[in-house]
Amino acid sequence: MAAPLTLLVILSVTIRAVLYRSSLAEVISERVEVVSPLTAWKRVVEGLALLDLGVSPYSGDVFHETPLIIYLFHFVVDYAEITFMLADVITAVALYMAVMDYNKQVFRKQKYALEADRYPLDCLELIRSPKEMYYIPLKVAMFYLLNPFTILSCVAKSTCGLNNAVIALFILTTIKGNVLLSAIFLSLATYQSIYPLTLCAPALLYLMQRQFIPVNFRRVSFWWFIAQYAFMYLGSLFVIVGLSFFLLGSWDYVPSVYGFILSVPDLTPNIGLFWYFFAEMFEHFRLFFLCVFQINVFFYTIPLSIKLKEHPVFLIFMQLAVISIFKSYPTVGDIALYMAFLPVWSHLHRFLRNIFLVSCVLLACSALFPVLWHLWIYAGSANSNFYYAITLLFNVAQILLVSDYFYAFLRREHHLSYGLYLKRKDGSEATLVLK
Amino acid sequence: MGLLSDPNRRRALISLLTRLNSPICVVCYMAGVAWFMGLAFEPFTLRTYMSENAMGSTMVEERFPAGERALTTGREFSAHKKKAGGMPVDWLVKTMQARGLEVFTQRFSRKLPFPDENKERYMVKGTNVYGILRAPRAPRTEALVLSAPCTPGDSNNQAVGLLLGLAQYFRNQIYWAKDIIFLVNEHDLIGMQAWLEGYHHTNTTGMDWSPLQGRGGSIQAALSLELSSDVITSMDLVLEGLNGQLPNLDLANLFYAFCQKIGVLCTIQGKLQRNDWDSVSGYSHSVQTMMLMVMKQASGRPWGDHGLFLRYHIEAASIKGINSFRQYKTDVTTIGRLLEGMYRKLNNLLERLHQSYFFYLMPSLSHFVSIGYYMPAFGLLAVILLLRALDLWVQLVSSPGVLSVLTPLVISHLTGVALYTLPIQFQEMAVEQFPVSETEAVVLTAIGYNVFLFIYIGWRVLKLVAVLYLAVLLGCTALINFSLGFILALTLVPVAAFVTPHVPKVLSAFILVILSPACTLLFSVFFFQELQELPVSFQEGWLLYLSVISQGILDHFLYGSLVYPLIALLVYPCWLLFWNILFWK
Repeated sequence: MAAPLTLLVILSVTIRAVLYRSSLAEVISERVEVVSPLTAWKRVVEGLALLDLGVSPYSGDVFHETPLIIYLFHFVVDYAEITFMLADVITAVALYMAVMDYNKQVFRKQKYALEADRYPLDCLELIRSPKEMYYIPLKVAMFYLLNPFTILSCVAKSTCGLNNAVIALFILTTIKGNVLLSAIFLSLATYQSIYPLTLCAPALLYLMQRQFIPVNFRRVSFWWFIAQYAFMYLGSLFVIVGLSFFLLGSWDYVPSVYGFILSVPDLTPNIGLFWYFFAEMFEHFRLFFLCVFQINVFFYTIPLSIKLKEHPVFLIFMQLAVISIFKSYPTVGDIALYMAFLPVWSHLHRFLRNIFLVSCVLLACSALFPVLWHLWIYAGSANSNFYYAITLLFNVAQILLVSDYFYAFLRREHHLSYGLYLKRKDGSEATLVLK
Repeated sequence: MGLLSDPNRRRALISLLTRLNSPICVVCYMAGVAWFMGLAFEPFTLRTYMSENAMGSTMVEERFPAGERALTTGREFSAHKKKAGGMPVDWLVKTMQARGLEVFTQRFSRKLPFPDENKERYMVKGTNVYGILRAPRAPRTEALVLSAPCTPGDSNNQAVGLLLGLAQYFRNQIYWAKDIIFLVNEHDLIGMQAWLEGYHHTNTTGMDWSPLQGRGGSIQAALSLELSSDVITSMDLVLEGLNGQLPNLDLANLFYAFCQKIGVLCTIQGKLQRNDWDSVSGYSHSVQTMMLMVMKQASGRPWGDHGLFLRYHIEAASIKGINSFRQYKTDVTTIGRLLEGMYRKLNNLLERLHQSYFFYLMPSLSHFVSIGYYMPAFGLLAVILLLRALDLWVQLVSSPGVLSVLTPLVISHLTGVALYTLPIQFQEMAVEQFPVSETEAVVLTAIGYNVFLFIYIGWRVLKLVAVLYLAVLLGCTALINFSLGFILALTLVPVAAFVTPHVPKVLSAFILVILSPACTLLFSVFFFQELQELPVSFQEGWLLYLSVISQGILDHFLYGSLVYPLIALLVYPCWLLFWNILFWK
């Protein structure tokens, strides 16, 4: 399987290189759907210029990325395009290896369950075969590398690509079972943008499952493992934060990066939900709504973890989706990361109900974003309501996609326990209804 | 969320939609066309009204006195124009300076991609002359523009004369709060494009121009004047701009209000409005006016010198004086008063015109149809595509493979790219080989690109993708330029809906060619001529068609009109996909 993967990598690098050399690169790097005030390359260049002058790059409220990024680019700014292409390739290869390992575990668990006769007889068609699962890792890599959203994000040189690479490495090390590296990559991901903190719940669940520690509040081994993981996580976070402090020489990156993410001062339109609300809001209520919107991102962790505690990898997918939809400055690069996981759940296709509607709406909204932006900003005929309507529609479609996959996943689990053809008590056919 | 979560109701609805798919599609199509035709029926329209408070009623008396002097100036201009063989720059500069304006000139030159039919040359060079009347007591932050084109021959001399007369009159008034720029542009739209690009420091079309030495602040509104006779019978308003963009309806309302006040006959699309809306001839008159507007908007060309201002968010309109066989004639003094009144109202604006509609259709000058009323007509046509897509999705047994659909998509788009780039490259070669005119050469190379492609994949998957692609494409087009989107929808939606490999091949191929974008354009040319009451024979119509295509390509290269790239790069590959589906084996 290495040969198709290499071919795919070469093809995707070629596409990105061609686009870098064309005139589209400047147009794409200006689009608000692809870059945000956090991830724009223009701002990184500005921060580098300030650093070269000896001034703190965070003065002037232009640059909002972390110090490690700026020091990385201090050395590789001449090879920036190669860095971003490399980050995409690393993400794809990491997801490829992670999904391959995950599929092996799924298949092994399924084999044990079949031998233990745990599945009712009529749901044998739901059992997955190695043949159908063979091409899934390649499809995952393809979905990431050839996704137009990823290509746009890479050509715009948005630092979202680097964030995605760190999260992909975190997923790889978690699935391989390496606790230390998982904690280190998670702390790096949290250091970049705060929201991956919610991924510690699925990571803990997965690692505990792998090490056969029962997920029970009353067991000492459970708390001991959490303490170990927390120690490693906090330790590496402390090291990274301290390193940033020593490199930069001051603490002014904390309000510029984390204060910016949490307090959302910049209301440039993007594909998220924050900008329109906060542009309309009275100052008196700003803090309240800020808390509500930010809590919304973290809120789904605990209920989802309780429901999906047997399936932590699906929980990772759902958490990534929730972060991409509800974070304060989303871009299409964030969406591309969770969409790369969709081939892993391709066996749920028969239970998905809204996939046609969702894909039509996502396609139409992606086409309408630049049209309504043009009508609003250049032609002056539309206004922000039109653009926000498309943003809302886009996010509703994403939420519908995620909830559809959730429904399909739960339904398949239900069928695996209770059989495919459900019967009521009197023997007539029953249908499952989600209430 | 009963519909999305209750499986029984979902199944019932989906089976209903798949069983009755064709009847619903036919009903929707007829409903869409009927809705569109009903837009011209007067009870369904609204009367125009002034939305902007700053332009509301003011007790102002227009006092422009110098109509005769303006005509004399116009005759002088004509004489100097003949002597100079183009724009009489020195005379204009001297005259404007004598009237107390700050005068500047701008030179520009542009190499056309292929020779224009009218001008038969590659290089266009010219000079724009403009004078700025500074507002006496206001900061110089905003400006208004009055422009008149310098056309070779006998046209528009009176326009330039009136412009200079108004400049002299305006100079003596104290109430101006905005700078007024009096612009005389050469070579119509090319000169106007050069001036606007110089004014706004943009260079999007590759034109060569000298930078502007004097500016007046951000332009709030502009009017372009075309007047070729000493007396007129009516004034015509032209609204359609580049890419079908229209100015704010308040500008049209302003013009109409002043025509009523001063007592000048006003027309739109050259047609006077009638009162007998309940008779068949009255209704057909409204329909003709509305269809003329739709055709002009769909072509994406700027239909007056004002058309290029709209892109810079400046509300602009063209006013033409028409001298026809009516009894009551209006003299130039009255036209001057009309313009004076309009400019005094525009002077009162506190912010740019934004209160009234930007998207509308006008079946007559006093009635309009807003976007909320005309979009459902398009929506009904788009629903047909979505119903077809749903029908195909339900029939698909296995989940579609993405890769298998990519091949025909890529090949169709490569053909579209060829259609876009090659006519310009090859027309030079074609002209040397064959004795045809340049425009015919361009068009014939374009038509020669119909490719037959036989690809062995499931046709349902391809049709699903093609139908969804067409729906998204038409939706985006209708948002930017409703008329173009609607006309394309009228012809392409039936094609998309009925074409399958199982319909009779020859008849369907014939219908597909008739409904293709190229033939739609041919029919539109004949229809447009009919609407203007200037019907043409088939020979003349064909030549007109070729010149329309070459003008469209020229517009794209000169002003950035989007119609040609849209049709070549997006609509034509979509049509080609349906051609593929028809001939699938």
